This record gives sequence, structure tokens and C-alpha cells, in this order.
Amino acid sequence: MNHFLAREDFPHLLSALTQAGYGCVGPQIRQGAIVFDHLHSVTQLPQGWQDEQQPAHYRLQQTDSPYWFNWSNGASAIKPYTFAPQENLWTVQRDQSGRLRFQATLPQPQKTAIIGVRACDLAALALQDQHFLHGKHVDPYYQARRESLLLIGVNCTHAAATCFCVSTGDGPDIRQPYDLLLSEIAAGFLLSSGSTAGATLAAQLPLTPASDAQQHTAQQRMQAATQQQRHLPAKPPLFAHLDHPHWQTVGARCLACGNCTSVCPTCFCHQAVEIPDLDGDTSRHERRWDSCFQPGHSYIHGWQIRSNATDYYRQWLTHKLAGWHEQFGRSGCTGCGRCISWCPAGIDLTAEVEQLV
Amino acid sequence: MKPNDYLPHEVQIVARVQEAPDIFTLRLRFTDLAHHARYHFDAGQFNMLYLHGVGEVAISIASDPKDTHLIDHTVRVVGRVTKALAQLQTGDYLGLRGPFGRGWPMAAAQGRDVLLITGGLGCAPVVSVVHYVLRRRAHYARLVIMQGVKHTHDLIWRRQYDTWAAAPNTQVLLTADQTGQGWPFNTGLVTQLIGQAQFDPANAVAMLCGPEGMMRATAQALQERGLPDHDIWLSMERNMHCAVGHCGHCQFGSSFICKDGPVYPLPEISHLLGVKGF
Amino acid sequence: MPLPTVAVHKFSSCDGCQLALLNAGEALLQLAQRVNIVHFAEAGMLAETALVDIALVEGSINTNHDVQRIREVRANSRYLITMGACATAGGVQALRNLQDAQGWHQAIYAHPEYLDSLDTATAIAQHVKVDLELWGCPVNTQQVLQALSSLVHGATPAIPQEKVCAECKRRGNVCVLVSEGKPCLGPSTHAGCGAICPAFGRGCYGCYGPQGVIYAGIP
Repeated sequence: MNHFLAREDFPHLLSALTQAGYGCVGPQIRQGAIVFDHLHSVTQLPQGWQDEQQPAHYRLQQTDSPYWFNWSNGASAIKPYTFAPQENLWTVQRDQSGRLRFQATLPQPQKTAIIGVRACDLAALALQDQHFLHGKHVDPYYQARRESLLLIGVNCTHAAATCFCVSTGDGPDIRQPYDLLLSEIAAGFLLSSGSTAGATLAAQLPLTPASDAQQHTAQQRMQAATQQQRHLPAKPPLFAHLDHPHWQTVGARCLACGNCTSVCPTCFCHQAVEIPDLDGDTSRHERRWDSCFQPGHSYIHGWQIRSNATDYYRQWLTHKLAGWHEQFGRSGCTGCGRCISWCPAGIDLTAEVEQLV
Repeated sequence: MKPNDYLPHEVQIVARVQEAPDIFTLRLRFTDLAHHARYHFDAGQFNMLYLHGVGEVAISIASDPKDTHLIDHTVRVVGRVTKALAQLQTGDYLGLRGPFGRGWPMAAAQGRDVLLITGGLGCAPVVSVVHYVLRRRAHYARLVIMQGVKHTHDLIWRRQYDTWAAAPNTQVLLTADQTGQGWPFNTGLVTQLIGQAQFDPANAVAMLCGPEGMMRATAQALQERGLPDHDIWLSMERNMHCAVGHCGHCQFGSSFICKDGPVYPLPEISHLLGVKGF
Repeated sequence: MPLPTVAVHKFSSCDGCQLALLNAGEALLQLAQRVNIVHFAEAGMLAETALVDIALVEGSINTNHDVQRIREVRANSRYLITMGACATAGGVQALRNLQDAQGWHQAIYAHPEYLDSLDTATAIAQHVKVDLELWGCPVNTQQVLQALSSLVHGATPAIPQEKVCAECKRRGNVCVLVSEGKPCLGPSTHAGCGAICPAFGRGCYGCYGPQGVIYAGIP
């Protein structure tokens, strides 16, 4: 954190990115929430806005503060930019003799810079990378999107009531690889680069050395985000409590809508859907986000392994907080708290875990 | 070109055998012969078969891994894809991705007794083991084939069982839950056959395939005969879409059945086997 | 090989589901090359008693005549698809099932003696075997076309077994229930519409019926 970029010079970053061929994506307000979308101007950034999150509750409030990133997180992580919600995997053409010609439909994404990525979401990205890229089978669709990204992280200065990244060890300051890292203070941003691409961009910006006072202020602001109300135990032994009656209690509250899995930045389940064209010869093979809360998820010729909210919730939580340790070497939760805020029933996994172990 | 494990390759149905009213075998060959030559699999692995406009389904490979001629899949009509697959004829084309997953422990079983215990159509994934062992008879000690079916007419490959029974150092035990006239074999569950099986529990490997209840009961009966847990292997089945451990449908505790299985040694899965909801 | 034949039948309903098919536009022309639509009164083709491969049925059963007619439709069809809330659940007219229907007749009509209504409005599946149900009020055009397309490919149509929330999140909508406190039935409603209402900032009001069970369409 040894450089300083004045707030009024931030547009230079956007133009440097544009000149380097990047499309910019950044936080802005839509439908009452912070969302990531195309960013053309700093005026789109949510200046002064802060989020108030509680179970099943997300509201934005405007303050007169000069900050652009003084909110904790938005409705969605950056997951859709790597793991597309819905995408075609391949198409197949059948000719008159019945021969099949398969054609992969790999994405050709534009280089994209995402501005304002949070620590929890970068930690989640690292886990998704592990899942889709670093195993025996590489997912070329995910890979193409992932390689198109330039990540500009922002350290958190405000924790929502639903945040618990301190207990998962993933935030509020960024601990995973980034291209550029920003810490916001009133006058602008402390900036450091974490990659060659990041350094190349930084070299084009009107930076000054960060003063001790600026560094101190940034540290203090970050410190505020460590005050978090929720906590998740490191490795709850959920598989040892599969018969706990509390699964039924939470199952009775769960609507099994799957929203927790959609907003979860690490959930990776997807389904394959075949879409035959009306022409009778062409067919598409599409994948879509799926959820272990949907009845089709565990369907196997005539029966469902899991068929009620208790089973769904237990599958999700045991996997996320216990199974992941064996599969990925760590928990599948990075403490973003979205599953708490965006659950229409207000189910709070930190509270459920407390009951279960 | 980067590899794309999601993309099927075209195969042609070289032969189709109707095994039973709702069971058929498709013998397949890649139309790209160079690809066919490169294709290798282990006994117990599976392929994703794709039917145009319908979708994919995971089917275990029934042929001998060293038989480079054709790739056999024995299919029971149980769902929308298999129902449509049943309509296909010799000469038709399909898509195939594979092979996927971990197969049977054929190397670890060398020099030891091999027990193949199956229920229902569960016999299909171990048929390739039967072929494998019989063609390398000297490499294995006793071969015991135990197959249980619900109804007598569910027993396919009856003639093959006769052939296998005549093979050296091989024992075949068959049973049906519901039997009638003309059924020369046992009546009852496959677990009841284990007492008749001749094998050395200190030097044997059991390979189980079938409904989970049947596998659990069988594993218990084998434990009672003194076979250690790590020598009991099971082939699991779950919903599968991607077959490469990405889509999450076959999640079973801490593993993906498509990638880490479908074949598991009992200790790896015993804590969840038979637990409702997993 | 002759094209598969299709008939579209109407019972008590608003015609919205037939319109969903009619509104398919160019896809309808493409469909006409793959199937032979022999009966579709709304589009002008009339052959009500023709033997067909696929029957699409809209509307619920409300009269004795309906009861007779749906049996004939079933007998004349190889594969019968019901489409829409009326055909699959009775529709809005089934509200009277919960009330005194005769009392309503007396209260509403000047000459109730001319009415031949049953006391209940019922789903087609309560009268004949249904091979596939397409839910929705109205059904989604793409869903109908894909069901026909699958059948033409020799496959049982696959119906997504999920909730509106799944479609809503894939679409990138912000949840109106959480961010605005609007009542939304998405968490318990069957998917199929593509989460149209939340995409326009409105709560889902459940056109596709309750989700939670796997229904006809998954063999």
C-alpha cells in the first residue's frame, strides 16, 4: 500500500483500463441493491451509499460521505463472470444419414476488469478456480472467462451485520491474489499492484507515494470492518450430528428456494439441459446453475435421494462446512453472509451451526 | 486445442442385443478410428452416452477393457434417456464421453480370490470383471460369481452363467427373490448365498454392485465371514450430469461419485452408506 | 414418413395458452414443417375427432359435455399434454369448488335453468390419463415448443424441476422480497416463466403453481 491515487484521478484508472482493451465492471445501484454491471463513469459508483443487512433483509441508505466503496457487499458475488448462470456447452447437428457433428461453443469473452471485488469474493474465486481449473478435469468454459478477468480488489471498511469473514479467515482485508488493490480514504485510494498487468496499469496512473498519515487512516478504516457480529466455527463436525433434531427445525423454516446456493460465491452445482431445436436436426446442450435445494438435483431414475427441505438443507450445510474440508482443504464458506441476507426465510447458517454442534 | 471433457465424440452402434424385454446391449465403435485406438478404460468405469436431442446418461462399460474391438453398454430402460436409447438400431449414431471414474481394483486383486456379488441389473458393471478375470485366469485365484435378481425373468445372460460356471476354479451362485417352476437355482436374497461361497477371507477381494440396501447387507455378511472392510468394494450410483466432478449432482459426503467413484472401498463410504438423504 | 399429427383442444379457459402457442411467430412455421396440425380452432384448422399423435389440451372440465368430450380426445390421441393452470389444476373457475356452486348460479344468472355446469371445475387428469402437464397461467411459448420438439425427437419432454427463484437468480435479478420487502411467491412457485415479474420489479404471484413435487413429465 505504498501509492496514493487521488479521488479526482480515479477516472484515469478507467481510461487506462479502456485503453488496455478492458471492459470495466463495477458496483452500482439497481433494484435497491449494489450490483456489478458495466461501468463507464465514476458517477455510476454508489457514492455515500451504505448497506444494511439482516436475515432476509437488504436495504441501502445514502449518507453524505464521499466514499464509493463504504458498503460491505452486494446481491451477487462476481461468480457470474466466471461461472455463467446459463451457457451453451455445445451444439450438435445431425445430417441425413444420422451422423452427428458436435461443435463446442466456447465463450470468447472480452477482457474484463472488475472494480471493487471484496476479500470474501476473491477467496471464493480461489475456491472456484480450485474446483473448475485445478483438478483432473479442466473446465474450458470457466477457464476462458477466468483468464479474461483483471481483478481490482477493495479492502472492506464496513461490515454488515451478516458478515463473518473474520471468523473464516478471508477478510475484511484482501488475502488472495489480485491485480490491483485499493483501500479507500476520504481523499482517494491507497493502491498497490499484485501482478504484472496490475503494475503496468499502475505505471500509467498519476500516483504519489502514500504518506504515513494516509496509511494510518486506511488501516483504521479497515479496522472498523473487523467488528463483526457473526461468527462461524472453523470446522463444525456436522457429519457427526446427522441425526440432530435441529435439522428438522431448520427444514421446517426452509422454503427450499435455493437462493442461498445462487448467491453463494462458492456453490458450483449446475445441470445439463438438452434443448432440441424445432428443425429436428440441431440440438443444444446447455448448462445452468442448479441447486441441491431443487427436487431434480438428486433425482435418479424414478426416485429422489433427497425430497424435503430438511434433507436439502442438511446436504448443503454438511457439504459446505464439512465436506469441503476433505475435498478442497478448507471450508466452502468465505463469510460473505449473502445466504443469510438473501434467504427469504432469514435462515442464518451461523445460528444453525451453533444449534447443531 | 484444449481438451474439452464436456464434448461427446460420435460413436456408431455396431450391434444391438435385446437381453430381456427392458434390457439391451449396445456395442459401440467411435467413427473416428484413431480416437477409438486411443480409447482405454478400466473395468468398472462408465461413459456418458448422448442421444441426439434427448440428452446424456451415465452407463457403465460392460466389455473387457483389453478388448479393443467394441465398447459394450448394457442398459435397462428406467428413465427418459434410456427409454429413447432403447429405440435405436444397429447403424445409428450416438455421442460418447468417457471413460470416467475409478474402476474395480483389478491390480490389487491379482493372486487373490475374486468375489463378484450383484443384485438386479447390478451385474452389468461387473461383467467386464468376469471377462477380465477369465481371460487372465492364471493371475487370479478363485472366482465366485453371485447374482441375485427379484424375478427369475430378470436374470439375463443365463447361458453365459453356465459357461462361466464351467470355467476353471470358478463358482457361480444364482438366486431370485421370487421363483417358480423350472428355476434350478436358489430362492431368496443374494446375501443368503454367501455361506455357500468358497473363498479365503484372508486373501480375497469382493466387488459389489446393486441396490444400496443389498450392498449393505452383503457387506455385513462378508464381514461376518471375516473379510476385512478394505477388501470390500462397492459401485455407487447417483444423478450425474457432467461426469467430471464439476456439476455436484453425485455429491456423496466428501466425494463426487463420478470422479472419486463409482467404485469405492467400503471404509471410504461406510459412514454415509444407507443414511437417508445422502 | 408422414409427419406426426397434432390437435389443440379447448375446454373451459381464457384461450391464453392457445395464444401462447399462436404467438410463437416464425417458430410456428417451423413447427408446421415438423408436425401436421390438424385441429386448432383458434388458428382455423378444424378436425375435432381426428386421430392424432399429440393432443394439446387447454381448459378445465366444467360440464357433462366436457366430460364426454375429453374422453373422446383421450381415445383419439397417442400422447396427451395438458397445458395451463385450468387444464392441470382447474383454473380460476375452480374457486367455486370451495363454495356453494348452485347458490352462485342462483345469485348471478337471471335464468340459471339454462346452465349445464357441474358443481366443480376439475383438471383434465382427474378424468383421463395425462402424459405430460405443462403448468402456467398461461404456459410459456418456449416450454410448449420444446415439449413438442422433444416428442418429435422421440423423447419424453423434460420439465425443469426447480423454483422461480432459480430462474430469477440466473437472470441476475435482485430479490424484490429481500431488497424491497415485496411479497413474492417465487420461493415456492414452479419455474417455467423465466421469472418475468421479478425482472420488472414485481413479486411473483404464482402462475406456475406450487413447486415441491415432481409431477407428470418425469417418467
